[in-house]
Amino acid sequence: MTPLLQIDGLTKAYPGVVANDDVSLTVLPGEVHALLGENGAGKSTLVKAIYGLVAPDSGTMTLEGRPFVPASPHAARAAGVGMVFQHFSLWGALSVAENVALGMEDPPPLRDLARRIRDVSAEYGLPLDPARLVGDLSAGERQRVEIVRCLLGRPRLLVMDEPTSVLTPQEVDALFATLGKLSAEGTAILYISHKLEEIRALCDRATILRRGRVVGTADPKADSARAMAEAMVGGTIPEARPAQAAPGAVRLEVRALSLPAPDAFGTALRDVSFQVRAGEVLGIGGVAGNGQDELLAALSGERRSPPGAVLMDGGQAGHLPPPARRRLGLLSAPEERLGHAAAPAMTLTENALMTGAARRGLVRRGLVSWKGARRFAREVIEGFDVRTPSTETPARALSGGNLQKFVIGREILQDPQVLVVNQPTWGVDASAASAIRRALTDLAEGGAAVVVISQDLDELLEIATRFAALAGGRLSTAVPAAGLTLDRIGLMLGGAEAA
Amino acid sequence: MIRVEPRPAPSRLWNALTPLLAVALTLAAGALMFAALGVGPGAALRTIFLDPLFDPRLAAFSRPQLLVKAAPLILIAIGLSLGFRAGIWNIGAEGQYLIGAVLGAAAGLALFPAESRLIFPLMVLCGLLGGLLWAMIPALLKAYARTNEILVSLLLVYVAENVVAWAALGPLRNPDGGGFPGSRQLSRWDAASNPELIAGTGAHWGVVAAMLAVVLAYALFARAKLGYDIRLAGEAPRAARFAGVSPPRLVILCFAVSGGLAGLAGIFEATGPSGQIGIDFGVGYGFTAIIVAFLGRLNPFGIVLAGLLMALTYIGGELAQMMVGIPLAAIQALQGMLLFFLLGVDVLSRYRVRLGRARPADVAAAPRAAEAAE
Repeated sequence: MTPLLQIDGLTKAYPGVVANDDVSLTVLPGEVHALLGENGAGKSTLVKAIYGLVAPDSGTMTLEGRPFVPASPHAARAAGVGMVFQHFSLWGALSVAENVALGMEDPPPLRDLARRIRDVSAEYGLPLDPARLVGDLSAGERQRVEIVRCLLGRPRLLVMDEPTSVLTPQEVDALFATLGKLSAEGTAILYISHKLEEIRALCDRATILRRGRVVGTADPKADSARAMAEAMVGGTIPEARPAQAAPGAVRLEVRALSLPAPDAFGTALRDVSFQVRAGEVLGIGGVAGNGQDELLAALSGERRSPPGAVLMDGGQAGHLPPPARRRLGLLSAPEERLGHAAAPAMTLTENALMTGAARRGLVRRGLVSWKGARRFAREVIEGFDVRTPSTETPARALSGGNLQKFVIGREILQDPQVLVVNQPTWGVDASAASAIRRALTDLAEGGAAVVVISQDLDELLEIATRFAALAGGRLSTAVPAAGLTLDRIGLMLGGAEAA
Repeated sequence: MIRVEPRPAPSRLWNALTPLLAVALTLAAGALMFAALGVGPGAALRTIFLDPLFDPRLAAFSRPQLLVKAAPLILIAIGLSLGFRAGIWNIGAEGQYLIGAVLGAAAGLALFPAESRLIFPLMVLCGLLGGLLWAMIPALLKAYARTNEILVSLLLVYVAENVVAWAALGPLRNPDGGGFPGSRQLSRWDAASNPELIAGTGAHWGVVAAMLAVVLAYALFARAKLGYDIRLAGEAPRAARFAGVSPPRLVILCFAVSGGLAGLAGIFEATGPSGQIGIDFGVGYGFTAIIVAFLGRLNPFGIVLAGLLMALTYIGGELAQMMVGIPLAAIQALQGMLLFFLLGVDVLSRYRVRLGRARPADVAAAPRAAEAAE
């Protein structure tokens, strides 16, 4: 079979880093081809080159036998390449059809466009009403808008960057059915995901990148997820497992916590109740935007609640600000690393001081002990294998995985009684993710209570001892995680069992 | 084609160089402006920047003026720099300066003609309080009613100007002044005067206060948790809330410090160089201090240099009005250009400029492309 897309010796360097180094790759018509690699391996740069967002320094691309040098995404689309980004760019106040029209160079009248949207969505099993406002759609439906937008251009190659990170298991199944149909019709799909089980279920071939180079290929149908992860990392990965300790006393209890939405785009928490015991890892699953950030803010102390709504070792804590909660041993790590869990322009020393001030005694009589802060930062860096030139490096210069290790390590080394983390491994590469999961279970086995809020259900099934689902700001009753199936979880996430 | 790319981290080198570059660009643009006004650019710039310091006939008068003018600028700018670093914008220091002067002067004049060593300290304290209380209006409105502090603090300047005019014509008017507006000469009343401490230097108590403020501000940012909290709130507001910094508390604190220092500058001016509260007491130190704060990179020692430079443009500007006939507006334009160019070239510390091939960017995809730098 002649390849649809052939890439030969593609190289792209940025100041200080070679993002793609002599990358060669072929994509056959109709195949689902996975691009695997840790963060910073060069996947995004490669697909941006294919989509005309990045001009390679050297190397050639051939599309359907013809030289392919897209100067812009417009040119790439004209040549038959479509791309669905991880982050959507849709306007909430406009209808589906209007959003699609905005992405087109020469949109037809809205009524014709609406009919074409309906045709395409029916043909590929992507139910979508062109007249609805995008602001009212779920994440899964928004993604359909992006996919339909691409499909209207009848692409020969569809690039998808982490498409399932915002979907429920049922939505993932529906997406895979659509992709299967496209592939059967001869459209090739270049698929980027961190979720290796998905890749095993969906993809025909996989190319593995490490530090900008192609280091090998894998056969997703035959190779195990573990083998692929180890090929990405270039080493072995410790296996994560649920915490083994017997549950002890109740450490953190949340009682009928209700909080109004912080702003127009937030989610109100409704009557959330749960308990976490020493030695336990409570996994809270849910699709983004169902109250995860709000729950974390209510536990960290960024938002106050009635004193009795949050109990720490039996004592009322709902009214306490973050530093007072930290002194009680209730620590947390928000999802957004840059700007929330860490200040981007500040050094790691300064970021260590951010949450470590009280428990590590880094401030005396209003004065900062920079020596102490630096020592603490160094401890985190060494204890959690954070790759950084020094403690004086700004947080934003670190890769996502390294910064996440720093953020989690900063809390764990403060010896928490309760640790609440939101999306601890989001966008983090396989080896860092497994190190973080391992640290969380170790912490629970050491007698702490751990709450992990995550959209990654595989992750929760791997480390949680109990599981609860967060949907529409309500939390379901927590159930033992052992023996849970993805189907059951999917139902819980849909809110069917939300209490 | 010129492209502008974000730097991975702000360049320290450019951060230090941009103020110098801004000064150079201001000189160049100023020269063009003076030429357009029909004044020899060389003569004008020399009169403004060199003659006050080096001209044998003028320097004896001008050099002490340098500290006299720089002290209020530095004192106010140090206060403003706290808020500016935290992303809290007090634009109304001029108003706080005026109210500080009025309240301080009123406290003293209420005791006229008593002679006591305590009168001057009392006036200084009331000056500080006046500025602080005036600053509390925008601060409390911002903290508890979420108003925009830029607008409220700015508009209160115009209220304060009217308060000054009212005071100078009404309650504070000199009863022995023959009906002319303006208060008694505070500088000629020993108990209330703020004299030159070392003859020939221009150094009065305001200079001492400014130097103290500089050292304290430096220590605050280098060592104090509060200084760290201020920087954190400016760099990453969400992270600051997560760390436990309370935004209302920070707003009130920053306004209190900047208002208090502006009030201090006001009372030192009223008891010293100006000598009285007149209708025209305000000369814009509170606004110029904003330029000084940014020109000094919000760094205490940078603010000292910037304050001296801006003081020089005031003194040289007056000279140039007299000697070369340059209008006051042109001097103010020159000061404005300094801030304009500074903010303009600031781009260089956060972005790098590259010459390269133009690439038609995709409207929908470009922001996302810039976002995820993998």
